[in-house]
Amino acid sequence: MLQEMIFAGFGGQGVLSMGTLLAYAAMKEGKEVSWMPSYGPEMRGGTANCMVNISDEPISSPIVSEYDVAVVLNQPSLKKFESRVKKDGILIWESTHIKEPPTRKDITVIPLPAVEKATNDLKNVKVMNMLLLGALVKLKNTVKKESLMIALKDTLPRRHHHLIPLNEQAINLGMSLV
Amino acid sequence: MAETRFMKGNEALGEAAIRAGLQGYFGYPITPQSEVVEYLALQEPNHNYVLIQAESELAAVNMVYGAAAAGARVMTTTSSPGFSLMQEGISYIACSELPCVFANIVRGGPGLGTIQPSQSDYFQATKGGGHGDYHLIVLGPNSVQETVDHIYLAFELADKYRSPVMLLSDGAIGQMMEKVVLPDPIEYKPDKPWATTGKTPDRERNIITSLFIQAEIMEQRNLKLQEKFKKITENEVRYEEYKLDDVEYIIVSFGLCSRISKKVVDQARESGIKMGLFRPITLWPFPTKPIEELASINSVKCFISVEMNAGQMVEDVKLSVNGKKPVYFYGRTGGIVPTPDEIINHIKENLL
Repeated sequence: MLQEMIFAGFGGQGVLSMGTLLAYAAMKEGKEVSWMPSYGPEMRGGTANCMVNISDEPISSPIVSEYDVAVVLNQPSLKKFESRVKKDGILIWESTHIKEPPTRKDITVIPLPAVEKATNDLKNVKVMNMLLLGALVKLKNTVKKESLMIALKDTLPRRHHHLIPLNEQAINLGMSLV
Repeated sequence: MAETRFMKGNEALGEAAIRAGLQGYFGYPITPQSEVVEYLALQEPNHNYVLIQAESELAAVNMVYGAAAAGARVMTTTSSPGFSLMQEGISYIACSELPCVFANIVRGGPGLGTIQPSQSDYFQATKGGGHGDYHLIVLGPNSVQETVDHIYLAFELADKYRSPVMLLSDGAIGQMMEKVVLPDPIEYKPDKPWATTGKTPDRERNIITSLFIQAEIMEQRNLKLQEKFKKITENEVRYEEYKLDDVEYIIVSFGLCSRISKKVVDQARESGIKMGLFRPITLWPFPTKPIEELASINSVKCFISVEMNAGQMVEDVKLSVNGKKPVYFYGRTGGIVPTPDEIINHIKENLL
């Protein structure tokens, strides 16, 4: 089963990290993975995205034009990627900042006020990407939550390991919201 | 010990070189290749290789020349504009018959161009690049795993033929992360009696040069090189075939494009089109014979070379097909990566 996904938002929002964690967790479950960043002349505050493919079979193209799942964190990304979600696919969008909601009716649209929830419930806006990731994993069963925890431990530098419990709370909160 | 990791192509390239017994790395950062230099610089304290960030690509290639002459297992990596700067040195190295490894993580040109992935250095890589009659062995990896495997292979072939070997990769493969199985490290013991390691009383001086002023001697060196290139052509051709039984339409693609083309083939097969993929793995020596044989099959209607350039490998495909079947081309330039959908739409609209 092949899942083709895109994570898109502003640089600094953690879109590349979300993709990395998910791909790493899937690899730990024995799946084939590819993670492809947009690596243009970009900067903090500019747009960033990464395509993540996860499959039981070897992955042919790491670059695709339509996605099973899109997770978008800002308005420009929603504008760019809404039309590229496959029919019956899932679009998860951060609804605190994105003012103009998606309009498509042939896909599942999931608004999630991740910024607001992270700020109010977890007192740290930085983990809002983990909320969205939790929601995605709940909806698609892409990986087990335990694998995400292993991924956090393996990919976060040791000096940030004290933040793992907070990230776990964020993932749990994201899972509970969908 | 073999080990599975989730790595960027560029970092995996650096790690593979270390495991393959790297003794010297001389390079200069350039996007989208810089992670190789960074990774090797980071790992340097834990290993026994020399790493120098040169003042330019010209300096780097000549450091490679010197260290290779002294018998070390050496490598440099760069991206397109940097690879152009290295051409003089590479021509000298080829003439001097020195084993070493180059990797070009190609970005879109010409000129300073863009930092996005491209395959527009195919001509430069496979037809010589610098002055004089020479070839590099050119490998075209299409994944992070193959980048690693090709680094091992490149060092091995370089020593076997006393020849520079290069990886023609691209920015996407350099930047993307995939699962990779890293092979066991090699304890490299060079066996290079020709190397300039210091004269001892029991032998003549070893001289490494690319200067042979007398035409007769220069011609002898050329004949020797050509003899070697012939042997490489006979023994080292590598390629992959995908869904070529009963095929009517054959896509020819290398590197990243071959991955995208594989998806095109799968999609085409789903809609009943008998399509297959032929992927050259060695870009030089080019798999001429296998393509010629495919062209002789009655059911084959045409070939389509799909590349991230304005049409370069397509010339080698045409030479191989040798007029037996039509050869078409589809490509994008300037750092644009074609999507599977646009390739299949192009084929459906124009060729079916």
